[in-house]
Amino acid sequence: MSKKEMVAMLLAGGKGTRLGVLTKNIAKPAVPFGAEYRLIDFPLSNCTNSGIDTVGVLTQYEPLVLNSYIGNGSSWDLDRRDGGVTVLPPYLRETGGSWYKGTADAIYQNINYIELYNPEYILVLSGDHIYKMDYSRMLAQHKQWNSEASIAVLEVPWEETHRFGIMNTDEDSRIVEFQEKPEEARSNLASLGIYIFNWPLLRDYLESDARDEDSAHDFGKNIIPAMLKDSRRVFAYTFEGYWKDVGTIKSYWETHMDLLAEDSRGLNLFDRSWVISSVNPNRPPQYVSRTANISHSMINKGTKIRGKVENSVIFFGVDIGEGAVIKDSVIMPNVTIEEGAYINKTIIGQNSVIKDNARIGVGETEEFEITVIGEGEIISNGRIIEHGSVIG
Amino acid sequence: MNNVMGIINNNPQGISLKEITAHRSLASTPIAARHRLIDFPLSNMVNSGIKNVGILLESRFRSLLDHIGPGKAWGLDTKKDGLFLLPPAHIYGSSQIYKGDIENLHTNLDYIHRSSQEYVVLAYPFIVCNINYRRAFDYHIKSGADITVIYKDLETMHRDSHYTTIKTDNEERLIDMKVNPDTRRDTRVSLKRYIMKKEILLEIIDNSVATGQWDFEKNGIASRLSHYDVRGFPVHDYIAIIGSVSEYYRRNLEMLQPEIFQDLFEGVGPIYTKHKDEAATKYTTNSRVNNLLAANGCFIDGEVENSVLFRGVKIRQGARVKNSVVMQKSEVKENAVLENVILDKNVRINPGKELRGDPAFPLIIEKNSVI
Repeated sequence: MSKKEMVAMLLAGGKGTRLGVLTKNIAKPAVPFGAEYRLIDFPLSNCTNSGIDTVGVLTQYEPLVLNSYIGNGSSWDLDRRDGGVTVLPPYLRETGGSWYKGTADAIYQNINYIELYNPEYILVLSGDHIYKMDYSRMLAQHKQWNSEASIAVLEVPWEETHRFGIMNTDEDSRIVEFQEKPEEARSNLASLGIYIFNWPLLRDYLESDARDEDSAHDFGKNIIPAMLKDSRRVFAYTFEGYWKDVGTIKSYWETHMDLLAEDSRGLNLFDRSWVISSVNPNRPPQYVSRTANISHSMINKGTKIRGKVENSVIFFGVDIGEGAVIKDSVIMPNVTIEEGAYINKTIIGQNSVIKDNARIGVGETEEFEITVIGEGEIISNGRIIEHGSVIG
Repeated sequence: MNNVMGIINNNPQGISLKEITAHRSLASTPIAARHRLIDFPLSNMVNSGIKNVGILLESRFRSLLDHIGPGKAWGLDTKKDGLFLLPPAHIYGSSQIYKGDIENLHTNLDYIHRSSQEYVVLAYPFIVCNINYRRAFDYHIKSGADITVIYKDLETMHRDSHYTTIKTDNEERLIDMKVNPDTRRDTRVSLKRYIMKKEILLEIIDNSVATGQWDFEKNGIASRLSHYDVRGFPVHDYIAIIGSVSEYYRRNLEMLQPEIFQDLFEGVGPIYTKHKDEAATKYTTNSRVNNLLAANGCFIDGEVENSVLFRGVKIRQGARVKNSVVMQKSEVKENAVLENVILDKNVRINPGKELRGDPAFPLIIEKNSVI
């Protein structure tokens, strides 16, 4: 293997517990997103667009769909003669082996993979965030500032700081303190879970962390605090642009509504200079019948629309019957919605069937809660599902 | 079907789609919102289990090469067999005059010889259909024919199209075959899909070259019906012959009919095409659409009725598009009106412009035009 300047390690083993029925059979990075994609398309495409051609994907929970989706990486031009994408599940060694115990442990267990490429830098990414970012600019700052570690941060509204890991910096953007989900934050710079490390240094910290039995083996909880304690040169890299952790049903739904906004709230998926790639699902064009009515929506290929679609995101393979009404909803791949069904503010999982005249997400209220129908559910004729319900 | 290879014969047989084929081959002509003509014969072959396909190139093949690439979309990027692009003969010759497809086949004899398969399916790309060759191939073996012609009995024929007509006896044996005759007495039309042993193809090539004849269909089959046992195999699937501009236009819009859409796209097998990583099509609150085929990457802020939109088309606020075919990346600006129009790729229609063609004679706007 030839030497690589930087290798990306993509953490994709998370269960995504807060997404509930949407991650019953798939890892969170494999959750469908934005009519055309899965979450992992974003970091993988960012890597390719940033000129990174060696990516290790660390999988653990329900890896089957994710593994077959990644395949040989050709969808993201990561089927390289040298490098490319490598799926890295936990494995047994002569001395034993274990599940990945934390984000840092996942990297630690794959030191051998990283050493194949003898890199100077390691880029650590999460597989479940929606954003477009040029990692090569982060690396340029890392080198220019002679940093030992760089952490991408985003200015978040002060009232949301309690949801994030907050980085407190001095006037040179050097990180002096890390607060995990603080009640009283001293800055509003939230960590995006995107790190660049000098590899030899990280390797030392991973090895000593692995020996520490009290450690949670986590980057945010253990590795970064240890580096700060040793006064390592840890700097913030300020990211400006759209970034969303779609970790909850609410943020998943909201991110889709953002996509529908006039300017997509800054997440431009039509920008041909920074294309987000996905695996080709091979579908015919979308078919819109004479009885259809579409407004303020995103609709993918391979769909048949005969009903009314308003303020919704429709994935490939969705079939919507005549007289059906879909409002403020996210309809995942291969869902069938039969004639006369009414769907309001609902996320419907893949391959589900909503029979004739079912009414989903209804109730006597001013403010509807999000309704969720899991994967492969069949909702019978005329069934009424109260808003805020979770089926599956 | 492991024992069958495919050859796609891009001989245009005199068909021109005017401005639409001025820059591209017939095979790479866009159709059905996200496809090119060649997607259909190529996908049909792959879906039938054919793993070795040669594409005979003709002229203006840059866009075809760009579309096909290494054949990945069709699963033909394999080490064993796979996709073979076969360069045309006349570019080597000193006169550079195109004689006919036989010359191209002859130039690529090595490929045909070297292929391990015993049988060949030879198909032309300008007839769009979704068929499986297995049944026709079984029939070919059982009947013991030298050549099997897949055909369809048409209910209506159009004066301006291009037909190879056949007449068969009651054992489906061909007793007459004419390539695009002026007088059309026969309603049985060849799908231009021919099944034969490789050695028969080689014999036809050899005989044609030796007698100075250069057209595979005319000289190889039509004029040799007494020499070869040529049988017909009827199909009842939807077919679209793209033989003229008006037919191209009509056929694109015809795919909006649910039963035709179903036959073409949900029938025998999927139709593969190059993946362009476009986001889903976005409709705004101003959009008013009905009866539409659309690819991804479109932005629809206006009105669209009874039309076909290819990738990345933009219909701006107040624009009205009716009975039209709008190819990749074209943009119809605010309050412009299109009716019975074909916009080739990357055309820009400025605000307020109104363009109207006739349903029988659509107005074609050339690639990259600004109006």
